[in-house]
Amino acid sequence: MARPLRLVGRRLVGVVPVFMLVVVGAFLLLEAAPGDAVDAYLGGIGGGDAAQMAALRAEWGLDRGPLPRLAAYVAALLRLDLGWSTAFARPVLAVVLERLPNTLLLMGLASGLALALGSALGVVCGARPGSVRDRVLSLAAIAIYAMPGFWLGLVLIVAFSVELRWLPSGGMETVASGLRGWDRAVDVGRHMVLPVFALGLVYMALYLRLMRDGMAELWAQDFVRAARARGMGGARLVLRHVARNALLPVVTMLGLQSAAMLGGSVVIESVFAIPGLGRLAAEAVARRDTPLLLGVVLLSAVVVMTVNLVIDLAYALLDPRVGSGTGG
Amino acid sequence: MRSPVISRRHVLAGAAAVPLLPRAARATVKRGGRLIVAADSEPANLNPAIIASNGVFFVASKVMEPLAEASYEGRDGLAPRLATGWQAAADGRSITFSLRQGVSWHDGQKFTSADVAFSALEVWKKLGNLGRAVFRELEAVETPDAHTAVFRFAVPTPVQLIRNALPALTSVVPKHLFEGTDIMRNPANRALVGTGPFRFAENRPGEYTRLVRNASYWEAGRPFLDEIVYRVLPDRAAAANALEAEEIQLAAFSAVPLADLDRIARVPGLKVFSTGYEGLTYQLVVEINHRRKELSDLRVRRALAHAIDRDFVVRTIFRGFASVSQGPVPRNDRVFHAPEMAGYGFSPARANALLDEAGYLRASDGVRFRLRLLPAPFFNETRQFGDYLRQALAVVGIDAVIVANDTPAHLKAVYTDHAFDITVASPVYRGDPAISTTILFQSGMPAGVPFANQYGYANAEVDALIKQAAGTIDDAERVRLYRAFQKQVTDDVALINVAEFSFISVARDNLVGVSNNPRWAVSHWADLGFAG
Repeated sequence: MARPLRLVGRRLVGVVPVFMLVVVGAFLLLEAAPGDAVDAYLGGIGGGDAAQMAALRAEWGLDRGPLPRLAAYVAALLRLDLGWSTAFARPVLAVVLERLPNTLLLMGLASGLALALGSALGVVCGARPGSVRDRVLSLAAIAIYAMPGFWLGLVLIVAFSVELRWLPSGGMETVASGLRGWDRAVDVGRHMVLPVFALGLVYMALYLRLMRDGMAELWAQDFVRAARARGMGGARLVLRHVARNALLPVVTMLGLQSAAMLGGSVVIESVFAIPGLGRLAAEAVARRDTPLLLGVVLLSAVVVMTVNLVIDLAYALLDPRVGSGTGG
Repeated sequence: MRSPVISRRHVLAGAAAVPLLPRAARATVKRGGRLIVAADSEPANLNPAIIASNGVFFVASKVMEPLAEASYEGRDGLAPRLATGWQAAADGRSITFSLRQGVSWHDGQKFTSADVAFSALEVWKKLGNLGRAVFRELEAVETPDAHTAVFRFAVPTPVQLIRNALPALTSVVPKHLFEGTDIMRNPANRALVGTGPFRFAENRPGEYTRLVRNASYWEAGRPFLDEIVYRVLPDRAAAANALEAEEIQLAAFSAVPLADLDRIARVPGLKVFSTGYEGLTYQLVVEINHRRKELSDLRVRRALAHAIDRDFVVRTIFRGFASVSQGPVPRNDRVFHAPEMAGYGFSPARANALLDEAGYLRASDGVRFRLRLLPAPFFNETRQFGDYLRQALAVVGIDAVIVANDTPAHLKAVYTDHAFDITVASPVYRGDPAISTTILFQSGMPAGVPFANQYGYANAEVDALIKQAAGTIDDAERVRLYRAFQKQVTDDVALINVAEFSFISVARDNLVGVSNNPRWAVSHWADLGFAG
């Protein structure tokens, strides 16, 4: 148990500078975009006069230069105060925490689908590289990988919501349904099916390819030949020796892709009207709500770092050689 | 119209707006039902007395009521709501409102003239994003009894202007909840308390806002519906899909894009309405930076106007759901409309001749000069017209380079930094030239005020006409002055009015009472219900 703990400790120390970089980077990026929160607000409400605009800028602290504002933000952040969202007229923390569970659910289910289906089909392909089965599945995977997520989402909606009417076209759950407990869970589950597939299928295709290619290479390795020479064969050889070792790059990719998936969820959350972090980030940018954007980015950084930490721990279990060194 | 299907629906929808038809239908409206409508935004502040915007009104107008609502058949285009009558004094210094009796706030308190006085003096006059200008000279509101409010103005104020402002700028707030508080941060700006047919029930951020029936509404037997749910659908395709899947029953404000209308109009059970928005007319306008040397020449500005084929724009970009603009006041305002742009017909030859005459000859590459063109990102159509304008100007030797921005960046570039040569804009007409039109032409506007004359256009005669009209209380004389004003700014080609457009609603065909007034989407919906 000491090894995983050391890993966690090392990671936590490294987190602080990363957070600072993330905050300053996001702040400067939004600062570089012309127009401020008051411009965005007036665009939304159809105009106002000069006195009102000046009063708003003073109230929202926009009458100061970027550096004092950044300093004030960082000072507040050190007190764990994420600030005030101008777009939602509420504390940033409340706004982002409200959306976090939805995004985690969407990402978790999509990752699970991608990993389970991707590696399972990858094993099917990789067990007999070059077979008809392998070729058909690999081709299908490439086709899916080439599809943009939003397009896949729209096609799924038209097919399963508009034409077949099997599943709802969007939202987290039926509006004001009054459902509770298990019924509500089922309702949320029904709403999650299409967005999870729209987000997860692309990654499924990726994991399938990784698994399959990893296995294809492993078949030529000495230890596989040795195992075969010892008379091992069939499912035991495929799963214990080949698939297990091919799983390593897939798991690595899962960690790396968690950040990309968070990016992909911006589009999927918009298409399926899911109130999550991705959509919130897009809204924060459009409304020049700097504290809100920084809040979303910070929370996303926490999510991505946590996922990668968990992956590293899992990696250590899958491959005992990992994490024992000093590099890690 | 391209599709005969749409055209027939179009006519039927128009007929539904005539008051006689719904009366027959009204008998078959049943009590009850939940209406789910598409919403594309969730304003943080929902108080219509502070923010007069369509996004706010769409929800808030069912909960909070103005003194009067727009009407197709009412006198002066108005139907009484919280006020039952209004009378102006001959000297223009006061207007007396008779208020409706037996009205209660949703929390049970009685609605009285004190609420109106408080709303007018503390909210409309001080905080209203548009009300501040209209009620600037409001000095006092006297309340001789609980159902009379006398508005006293410091200077003679045209009653016509106040009348025209009633639907959008006079939502009454409950004094007992707002008095003595920081009004901008009052929780009742979000959890609205009003007198309207629906009560605010809940808001789930990013998901929906729910209103429920006000059982003690002042109009007996109304409203019909039990609930209205505004479901947030941010994606452009989402509203059409949700309508087809029967998850929502109504998409207003062109939530279904014009490009999808042909298809959606053929779906059985759905109806397309292009009426019910006459009081919310938008104008497609080319804003001109008069500081730019070439554009300071009247001949060049006239050439720009002649280069645009307005009929083509209406036919293709708006698919017929718009009309050619003839002047700064749209034709839906029959009182003030003056068709002054008629002289600027489509003629590239005329445009070329004017540009030659102004001395801007074509260089060897056929280009006379370059312009920065900033299409506003507010509508699909403003962006598409930007693309059209670039091509239309290329024909007459002007190379317009498109600079695309999002909303805050566009506002800053045009209205604060003046970093543009021409733009595509979409100002909205708000019922009276003094509310929404003169601001586009009056000189001396401080930089940074959006949707106003940041164009470097200044004409002393125009400023004088605007000033004179503002203090003119006689209706007919006021109309004459605003017509003269329109003629002058059109002769100057201060900006170019191209088209007048509004929105489309798509509704389930069992919904009765759709589009029955000129500001329907932002009105009370007490008479909206499902066919029984």
